[in-house]
Amino acid sequence: MAKITLSNLAHSYLNNPNHDDDYALKTLNHEWTDGTAYALLGPSGCGKTTLLNLISGLLTPSKGKILFDGNDVTELKTAARNIAQVFQFPVIYDTMTVRENLSFPLKNRGMKKDYIEKRVIEVADAISLSNILDKKANGLTADIKQKISLGRGLVREDVSAILFDEPLTVIDPHMKWQLRTQIKEIHKNLGHTMIYVTHDQTEALTFADKVIVMFEGEVLQIASAAELFERPEHTFVGYFIGSPGMNILPVTIEEGNAVLGGHNIMLNAKYKKLNGKIELGIRPEFVTLTNDPFALPVTIDRVEDVGHYKIARARFQNHQINIILNECDEIKSATTHVIFDKKKINIYQDDWRVKP
Amino acid sequence: MKKTRNQKAWFMVLPVLILVAFSAIIPLMTVVNYSVQDTFGNNNFFWVGLEWFEEILASERVHDALGRQVTFTAIILAIEVPLGIFIALHMPKKSGFWSSLCLVLLALPLLIPWNVVGTIWQIFGRIDIGLLGYTLDKIGINYNYTQNALDAWITIIIMDVWHWTSLVVLLSYAGLRSIPDSYYQAAKIDQASGWAVFRHIELPKMKGVLLIAILLRFMDSFMIYTEPFVVTGGGPGNATTFLSIDLVKMAIGQFDLGPAAAFSLIYFLVILLVSWAFYTVMMSMDKENDI
Amino acid sequence: MKINNSAIIIVLYILFLMLPIYWLLIMSLKTNQEILSTFNLWPENLTFNNYKVIFTDPSWYGGYINSIIYVVMNTIISLSVAIPAAYAFSRYTFLGDKHLFFWLLTNRMAPPAVFALPFFQLYSSVGLFDTHIAVALAHTLFNVPLAVWILEGFMRGVPREIDETAYLDGYSFFAFFRKIFLPLIAPGIGVAAFFCFMFSWVELLLSRTLTSVDAKSIAATMTRTASASGLDWGVLAAAGMLTIIPGALVIYFVRNYIAKGFAMGRV
Repeated sequence: MAKITLSNLAHSYLNNPNHDDDYALKTLNHEWTDGTAYALLGPSGCGKTTLLNLISGLLTPSKGKILFDGNDVTELKTAARNIAQVFQFPVIYDTMTVRENLSFPLKNRGMKKDYIEKRVIEVADAISLSNILDKKANGLTADIKQKISLGRGLVREDVSAILFDEPLTVIDPHMKWQLRTQIKEIHKNLGHTMIYVTHDQTEALTFADKVIVMFEGEVLQIASAAELFERPEHTFVGYFIGSPGMNILPVTIEEGNAVLGGHNIMLNAKYKKLNGKIELGIRPEFVTLTNDPFALPVTIDRVEDVGHYKIARARFQNHQINIILNECDEIKSATTHVIFDKKKINIYQDDWRVKP
Repeated sequence: MKKTRNQKAWFMVLPVLILVAFSAIIPLMTVVNYSVQDTFGNNNFFWVGLEWFEEILASERVHDALGRQVTFTAIILAIEVPLGIFIALHMPKKSGFWSSLCLVLLALPLLIPWNVVGTIWQIFGRIDIGLLGYTLDKIGINYNYTQNALDAWITIIIMDVWHWTSLVVLLSYAGLRSIPDSYYQAAKIDQASGWAVFRHIELPKMKGVLLIAILLRFMDSFMIYTEPFVVTGGGPGNATTFLSIDLVKMAIGQFDLGPAAAFSLIYFLVILLVSWAFYTVMMSMDKENDI
Repeated sequence: MKINNSAIIIVLYILFLMLPIYWLLIMSLKTNQEILSTFNLWPENLTFNNYKVIFTDPSWYGGYINSIIYVVMNTIISLSVAIPAAYAFSRYTFLGDKHLFFWLLTNRMAPPAVFALPFFQLYSSVGLFDTHIAVALAHTLFNVPLAVWILEGFMRGVPREIDETAYLDGYSFFAFFRKIFLPLIAPGIGVAAFFCFMFSWVELLLSRTLTSVDAKSIAATMTRTASASGLDWGVLAAAGMLTIIPGALVIYFVRNYIAKGFAMGRV
């Protein structure tokens, strides 16, 4: 187990990158603390898999360094880095039994026979594979295959980190939750550093201690689930996390208030004068309907029932505003008024959050 | 995928049936007909039962041809399959100009008419005008495929390796390309040796296409006619007279219709039995993979 | 490409493949006299006379024309019967479908030598001997099973939902087949056509048995010339070189499909 430090790390798939856009991963400095569960979250093509492959050593970075516990491993091959990886599609050795699959990495490292046997049984117990150890790995279901590939990482006691590359992609929906809980459990019991790549926010938020949100090769925010929800550092984070995402509205700041289309919106704090593209972000959870005639007037286009709550799709002038309705809320007419919870408002300048 | 049961589908198969009936069943019936009759010419046929079959099964000439055929097929399978896998493993991994070029050049021998393959090697091996024969002769190796049975065999085997190994390469290559990168990455992480990668990843994934390759090479080498016919004409003596060459000699050369027909049926049956065994194995493997 | 072991192995192997062809090529550019008298790796007197002989003598160039005619005929016939049959095998189950499929495949396993004589008699009796159609039909023996097999593999890869959606959208069966289904399996048809072309083009025994003068194939022309005069090596080499060209062209055009076709495990 190890602390992983990324120092000025950047990667491009081109031979001679000279423009910022040439980089699949833009310059990144970060320290991954030992024993923490991280999730790399972002849409397809945001560079999260690139980052993962840099850490695992399947790619060599164009710039910067990677350190494990302070030792430079940038030039080291995958095998020498002592990491384990679980891939999107289960990788198992078809011709072997589950037991042989689990002992394979240890055998290759020349471990003693009785140690291997003992270790395999320990790990099989931890991931509840004990009862199928002597089955052929070929005929098993996808979720069990993923557990086997995880197990091949866990058998090595010295493993620095376990990397997951969208491991639940091919798992049946009802098994996803179960497997995720199990991985989480293993993390709690064994305390490995885990890095989990996904584009599914629920997976990321429930699995990880810290979530790293990426977009177009850039790390936008590294924070806990609660912080991502309350204080997204970038409009994309606000928009990407949450369902529906944060409402982003173009405003101007005048005398401590935000002005949206001629309408004043009270803020919690004073902002200094801001230039550039100024936007206000408010989560649909913190927009409430009101009878107050001086509040923001909106037109409700439609109401969607998503089961445990309802979403109203509303409009102020030509700005879309989503509202998550309380159970008791009743829409009496198409035109109504809303207020924003002023403690939950964030202000963005050129897409980045500004502190009051 | 679930298929629907629909007897009307027969109508779609009908054209194939009519065509194949014309080009397979009628000729085959003719062969069966000949195999149980004898003639004194003038289209007078009379029933002889299984006499021809008995004769063929007891015939030393057919036994010898069969022996040569089995030896030949065994040798070329033993060379072409491992060699084909070996070459496929060293093909360029990334698709691009080089892999396209390699594929085109590799496939070229497959597209050459079989008699021209024969002609090429007939010329290539000649000691007076062929590069191979001339070179061997000059460095003092006594080589002459028209007179020495062993040389004739070597020439024909090298020719077949030249002609058909590419098929095994192309099939194995396709099998290898279907292996996702993550398998190789996982193997790196597990510190698997090169041999382990081959044994536990590449070979299992190639199993399906390899069986097809072996089946095709078995069938086609068992039916080989044109290439050795052009190079050696079955000689020297009968050294390279394989089943097809012998059969054509018997049927068209000597016009022994009865024995030739019986020979044909036994010949066909042997190929069919072996291929059927292959087919069954392949199908059961398909099922195993579906689970 | 980096110079490494793999590259060396591949280059050596390709060298082994190309050497005999190279020998044929330079031989076709030499005079007979030079072929027989001197031994060299490059012709002293480069001559195109051998090719000129072929392009001016109808018995030579006629062979190419005949071959191309029956090969094209065979490809068209094979595909047009194989496409509906492959569709039936890939979409429906019906009485005896599995046996029928296997029986079709057995025809691919039939040694042409077995069929040479009966074909000769059959086509003679219906008056088709020495016609292009006779060879084209004879070659369907092994090409139709092959085409059905390849096409069935490709068609199985097209989800049934596409058929169903098309019917719901109001397409008739034929309109669906022509406008939606055929374009979808175009690569499969390409691969099947490639193999039909190839196996018909390279076959000698049947084409030689079923033709004598009017439809004589280039393969037959070559073997007969070889046995008759036996000495005109230059022209023979030139004829051989010319038979390689169609194959090389075809393979160049389908190079990207071949790996795909092989990948589907159907050849």
